[in-house]
Amino acid sequence: MKRKLLTGNGAAAWGARLASCDYVPAFPITPQTEIIENLALWIDRGDMEARLVTMDSEHSMITAAGAAASSGVRVFTATSSQGLLYAMEMLYNVAGWRAPFVMINVSRGLSAPITLESDHNDIMAARDTGFVQIHCATCQEVLDSVLMAYRIAEHNKVRVPAIVNLDGFYLSFTREPVTLPDPEQAASFVGEFDAENLQFHASAPLSQAVAVLGGGPYSYFRYETHLAVRQVLSIFDDVADEFESIFGRRYDIIEQYRMEDAVYVFVMLGSFSTKAKDAVIALREAGWQVGLARLRLFRPFPHEQLRALLNGRRGVAVIDQNISMGMGGVIHSELAAALYGLKDAPVLAGFIGGLGGRDIRQEEFFEMITMLKISADKGESPMVRLLYTGNELAEIRKLQAIALMERHKLHKE
Amino acid sequence: MSQESPQHFQRLKDMPSAHLLGTGTPMCPGCGGLETLHEVYDILGTKTVFVNAAGCMTLLSVYPFTPFRGGWLYTAMASAPAGAQGIRDALDILKTKGKLTDAEDMQVVVITGDGSAYGMGLSSTSAAMDRNLDFIYLCYDNEGYGNTGQQYSSATPHAAITATSKTSRGYPGYKKDLFSIWAAHRPAYVATIIGSEPLDLAKKLEIVQGLKGPRMLISLAPCPTGWDFDPKLTVEIGRLAVQTGIWPLKEYKDGRIVHTRIPKQRKPVEEYLKLQGRFRHLFEPVRVEHEIAGLQARIDKYWDRVIDEKG
Repeated sequence: MKRKLLTGNGAAAWGARLASCDYVPAFPITPQTEIIENLALWIDRGDMEARLVTMDSEHSMITAAGAAASSGVRVFTATSSQGLLYAMEMLYNVAGWRAPFVMINVSRGLSAPITLESDHNDIMAARDTGFVQIHCATCQEVLDSVLMAYRIAEHNKVRVPAIVNLDGFYLSFTREPVTLPDPEQAASFVGEFDAENLQFHASAPLSQAVAVLGGGPYSYFRYETHLAVRQVLSIFDDVADEFESIFGRRYDIIEQYRMEDAVYVFVMLGSFSTKAKDAVIALREAGWQVGLARLRLFRPFPHEQLRALLNGRRGVAVIDQNISMGMGGVIHSELAAALYGLKDAPVLAGFIGGLGGRDIRQEEFFEMITMLKISADKGESPMVRLLYTGNELAEIRKLQAIALMERHKLHKE
Repeated sequence: MSQESPQHFQRLKDMPSAHLLGTGTPMCPGCGGLETLHEVYDILGTKTVFVNAAGCMTLLSVYPFTPFRGGWLYTAMASAPAGAQGIRDALDILKTKGKLTDAEDMQVVVITGDGSAYGMGLSSTSAAMDRNLDFIYLCYDNEGYGNTGQQYSSATPHAAITATSKTSRGYPGYKKDLFSIWAAHRPAYVATIIGSEPLDLAKKLEIVQGLKGPRMLISLAPCPTGWDFDPKLTVEIGRLAVQTGIWPLKEYKDGRIVHTRIPKQRKPVEEYLKLQGRFRHLFEPVRVEHEIAGLQARIDKYWDRVIDEKG
């Protein structure tokens, strides 16, 4: 095993290479593009035996990915943000085809206003598609998760596509030391793609993705896909055990940090959880019994694990780097649903933060825990709050004042 | 990929006698698109995967039935050629790896209506031609969004009544020239066909079978429900479309466009229009001379140029 300084994008590309994927339908979009550039170079140089095809859009890209997986080859692809949304129709489709492949999403905030920087509204929009979702916090985890994702997606109890998610900029362009798995060990861990019934062969004709008439068959196939995605909860640990035994790194459905005696808990996902870890250390030094539960698996949603982990805690601060307009944070509402009815359920406080690449600073973690304690003392969950400082508000007011002045100038001319 | 025994179509009796497409589909009686598909399928054979975009033909394969003896994949309205790309690439990868024999290989055929081909699917089609994808594209053109009740599309002819152009003015636009748009990509082959001219169709399919790369076919598909005529008239209306010159039969190959059927004495276009309810307002309650003359003039101008170029 050798260690290398890799960006999150570089790690993702290595994941695809080490998983011996056969086919890469691609389309450029910031901040994902480095992944397909790496793969294209390796393929052109003959370092990697695969075929890369640049499509005319992400919609076409996912169509080609699903069609190729349905023809029996191992497929890798990658996108981000607007691209993921442009492909949305096909995400639902190919999951319904039960075509297993792995896609990277490099999270980036959605238009409008348009931005290149990171948050999770893109990936949250894909939560109902039937794709498995694995969320990463480090570059190492990105590479390892791609390998594990193939095992999960191609598992004969699952057979749906999987997304491995990493945060734009914070992971995509940040170099970290990454241990490259030995290619032979990686190949043997991932194994050959057993296409089973996914094929187009002349001697065994097959219709795939056909229409249904009526709600009966439709409901049946839709629910089957739901159950298939739920199956991941029962196989994830086996895949993680095997991965650990070969590579020595452990990945659980929920990453726990200082949770043993935690009275208050942060729940979140993605790379900002590394900031939360720092904050947990500082908060503990300040006398708070705090822990962190990071969701690695977001689809399927690990209800039972979360109930077992959080029941009896005093309070949970949920940090959503997404916003469901008119509702609040997606993880907050999903966690509330999971914990509902527990006798010793914690008080939940929902925070929206880190939108469009905005940082979450350590003092804000302190503020969240302080607010959480007040709510827990009262026994009431507070309204969802946006993490936003007075200074930031002053800055936007300045920009608005400039915009107004500029407009007046134009009108006068 | 050509058939095991090469076919050669000189006369109608050379046409395949075995009919491959199953019966009992949910297509409307007299469907001109289905007429074309029958003829095309008999020639292409069963070692084919049909990749479909949203349209009338999506209803051909409804779980658990299909009239096809080969493969089928429904994609979405915009991206059937991208689906063809995925399948073609996958089959080629499997062949390279020795996991698929030539005998097990299949021809990939996109089948879409005009709504997809002329509009939403144009980007993915253009890209497939850019990449010189080895596939066949069959567009059944019934000149409107037929499966949703015949709203006008960019394939709708001028003055036609549709569900979204209901008044006596009809559709104000003019039919888009998809043949030229496709041909501008310089693919291996582009042709217009029609089910009512099976020999012309068969000869073109014979050429298609002998080529690689993008092979693009547009079939006019007379549509009893969308165009408002008696289903028994499908063949007659199709023939009139060719005889009046409103549907020129032609092909693009090796950088040249050749008309495969030049009507010696073109019939007046009104013979074609009169049989269809969608044009009835041009004749009743009063004859709208300037519209009929305008449609005729466009056809005449087209053919004058063709004959000029032929010298």
